[in-house]
Amino acid sequence: MAVCIAVIAKENYPLYIRSTPTESELKFHYMVHTSLDVVDEKISAMGKALVDQRELYLGLLYPTEDYKVYGYVTNSKVKFVMVVDSSNTALRDNEIRSMFRKLHNSYTDVMCNPFYNPGDRIQSRAFDTMVTSMMIQVC
Amino acid sequence: MEGLTLSDAEQKYYSDLFSYCDIESTKKVVVNGRVLELFRAAQLPNDVVLQIMELCGATRLGYFGRSQFYIALKLVAVAQSGFPLRVESINTVKDLPLPRFVASKNEQESRLAASYSSDSENQGSYSGVIPPPPGRGQVKKGPGSHDAVQPRPSAEQQEPVSPVVSPQQSPPTSPHTWRKHSRHPSGGNSERPLTGPGPFWSPFGDAQAGSSAGDAVWSGQSPPPPQDNWVSFADTPPTSALLTMHPASVQDQTTVRTVASAATANEIRRQSSSYEDPWKITDEQRQYYVNQFKTIQPDLNGFIPGSAAKEFFTKSKLPILELSHIWELSDFDKDGALTLDEFCAAFHLVVARKNGYDLPEKLPESLMPKLIDLEDSADVGEQPGEVGYSGSPAEAPPSKSPSMPSLNQTWPELNQSSEQWETFSERSSSSQTLTQFDSNIAPADPDTAIVHPVPIRMTPSKIHMQEMELKRTSSDHTNPTSPLLVKPSDLSEENKINSSVKFPSGNTVDGYSSSDSFPSDPEQIGSSVTRQRSHSGTSPDNTAPPPPPPRPQPSHSRSSSLDMNRTFAVTTGQQQAGVVAHPPAVPPRPQPSQAPGPSVHRPVDADGLITHTSTSPQQIPEQPNFADFSQFEVFAASNVSEEQDSEAEKHPEVLPAEKASDPSSSLRAAQADSKAEEKTATNVPANVSKGTTPLAPPPKPVRRRLKSEDELRPDVDEHTQKTGVLAAVLTSQPSIPRSVGKDKKAIQASIRRNKETNTVLARLNSELQQQLKDVLEERISLEVQLEQLRPFSHL
Repeated sequence: MAVCIAVIAKENYPLYIRSTPTESELKFHYMVHTSLDVVDEKISAMGKALVDQRELYLGLLYPTEDYKVYGYVTNSKVKFVMVVDSSNTALRDNEIRSMFRKLHNSYTDVMCNPFYNPGDRIQSRAFDTMVTSMMIQVC
Repeated sequence: MEGLTLSDAEQKYYSDLFSYCDIESTKKVVVNGRVLELFRAAQLPNDVVLQIMELCGATRLGYFGRSQFYIALKLVAVAQSGFPLRVESINTVKDLPLPRFVASKNEQESRLAASYSSDSENQGSYSGVIPPPPGRGQVKKGPGSHDAVQPRPSAEQQEPVSPVVSPQQSPPTSPHTWRKHSRHPSGGNSERPLTGPGPFWSPFGDAQAGSSAGDAVWSGQSPPPPQDNWVSFADTPPTSALLTMHPASVQDQTTVRTVASAATANEIRRQSSSYEDPWKITDEQRQYYVNQFKTIQPDLNGFIPGSAAKEFFTKSKLPILELSHIWELSDFDKDGALTLDEFCAAFHLVVARKNGYDLPEKLPESLMPKLIDLEDSADVGEQPGEVGYSGSPAEAPPSKSPSMPSLNQTWPELNQSSEQWETFSERSSSSQTLTQFDSNIAPADPDTAIVHPVPIRMTPSKIHMQEMELKRTSSDHTNPTSPLLVKPSDLSEENKINSSVKFPSGNTVDGYSSSDSFPSDPEQIGSSVTRQRSHSGTSPDNTAPPPPPPRPQPSHSRSSSLDMNRTFAVTTGQQQAGVVAHPPAVPPRPQPSQAPGPSVHRPVDADGLITHTSTSPQQIPEQPNFADFSQFEVFAASNVSEEQDSEAEKHPEVLPAEKASDPSSSLRAAQADSKAEEKTATNVPANVSKGTTPLAPPPKPVRRRLKSEDELRPDVDEHTQKTGVLAAVLTSQPSIPRSVGKDKKAIQASIRRNKETNTVLARLNSELQQQLKDVLEERISLEVQLEQLRPFSHL
């Protein structure tokens, strides 16, 4: 389903980024980088609303000719960015939400590992397996 | 020795061993160092080891050089092969196998050696050119043979590395891990060469037997590595390692025997057991793991937190990535802590990884925690939930308690505000008291002014006598108290102003009828003003002793004559005189009206109800006694009025008493003269009594008058003159009602009135006598002051 999945830390540096077509890796990195501005804009807007139960799912950040970019922010300000092929019209908003929730749970498990240092790049085998499962569905 | 020749395999193998033993990289290995351990691992008797050291020359030098080390290894191989230990045997014996340092591998290599010997017999032509093992491998399966050679030295090298744990070895461990990774394919290939030597395994004859032998090799390899790592964690001495080796070799021997049975059913069982063996934890291992668990968590049912587990497993020197992967596998319930079974699984995985086994993608079934443990963990999970619930209400009170003090803070503020309001109310009450004080002062002034109109009522004869006395007293007073004369005049003027203020209020109460009487009152006031002015004018003249007597006499006589003319005009009895008679009554009316409020309303009603047309003086006493008038006859009413007058006189004042004293003396003289004079005398006391009624103000003005007497003596004289005038006016009024009344009744009434007046007069006499005494005392004091002042005047 997903073409590219990225996890960005609070200070906007990448913790994990993976894309299926290796040839387009640089393009996906560029898309994720530009999407951070949209994420920050939406976060600030939510902050103004003073909503206690903040919605973690940011929705569609911006559509392009070939891909759609979705965002998700955790309470600890960690951002998840997911790039999906626009041709996959069957993919619905609920499915994107469930994918983000699954990704968030895996990220939580990684953080709970005592051998993982917060701030380091994620090199968890289980996390990789989960991401692969989400990306293989596209193929 | 110099002619020693080594094959490529031997060169590589020997150099690795030498680098392993050469810790300080000085190319000189100490005899008692790792070399000794290495030789002990060769499983050779001590005697043989000693011979080898002597032969290679290490004993003489005290250390092993590279050449001595290589010679020693050759001798070890020779000894292991069964050949006699001789220096010449190194060169003479060809096709010598590599030295072996592990018990289990010694047996394996012994088998291989047998196979090599058989091969050498078969291939006699190659004996001199190619070494037996690589040569055979190349001929039959070249790549397979190479792979077969590589794992052996790596395995052998790993074994000695495991007992010792040091930071220096951390770099060499990484290449070992790479070799470990490559070992799996090499393991598969190793099976093939085992099957390759058909002649050795020909007695068994089955390929299955060969596969079972391979499995046996795997099973043989798996137990020793965890023990070695176990030793490394425990940091036990090498001797313990050697001891552990023996049971390992025993286990291997047992496995060999089982393999020798070569039964099909046994083969199947062996396969299943070998399949489970790699990851199964033995009882001995489990006991060790449990002991380690106790060191961290004494309670076997307790948990080891992630931080403690991290510290413990970090000691294994494994990379953090591998440790994190082991954690993911072992933390089955993902609660961030390890139970006993989870800890054993994690420890086992660490040991396996340490021995070179790859970590599995999923946790093996043998290492999974039991269902009972899962249930226990679930229960424990519920308990912390309950603790959380119990904790939340505990947190609620502290959240509420800060709100309570905030409310308390607001309440004190409200109290403070109420106190401020109370203070304001107190201030308002104080302001009210101030207003009351002002109101008290205001009525006092008009009361003092009321006295002035009274002196107008006086008889002419009395006036003359008083004037003479006043002249004497005024002359005495003016000399010592010249400044006092000025002040009293100012006060008198102020009093007159107050009296003028009252008259307009009287007009409003009485109506238009009283307005006609006012023009006469100001005339009287003007006359009094002129008198005062005359006194002030005469005072500077009086300073000279001889001139004062003649000048004041004509001035006083002139003023007295003017007053007499006015009084005569009034007594003519004409209608105009009747109208003039009203003005003297006007002053007393406002006085009672001011004192009591309801009495003002009553006189209006009395005027309407009264049938008889009587004079104003009669109306005044009748007002309060309206009820008595209706009950009793007219005469009784008149008697009651006289009694009231006496009651009024009961509250006598100093001034009215003095005024009355002069009339009493004049009355006595009049009685002695004639009846007509008697009539006039009887009239005079009535007038005096009526005059006293307006002189019944509150005690405050009395006190002020008493105080002012010392300062206002000339004013007192003026008051007495006014009272004389009023008395003259009043004398004409009562004569009219007497002529109208019946003779008998009138006589009785007159008798009663006379008696009452006698009693009142007696009282007045006593009071006046006391006042005279006081005045005399004052004269004495003044005379004393004059005597004191005379010497000063002389100076």
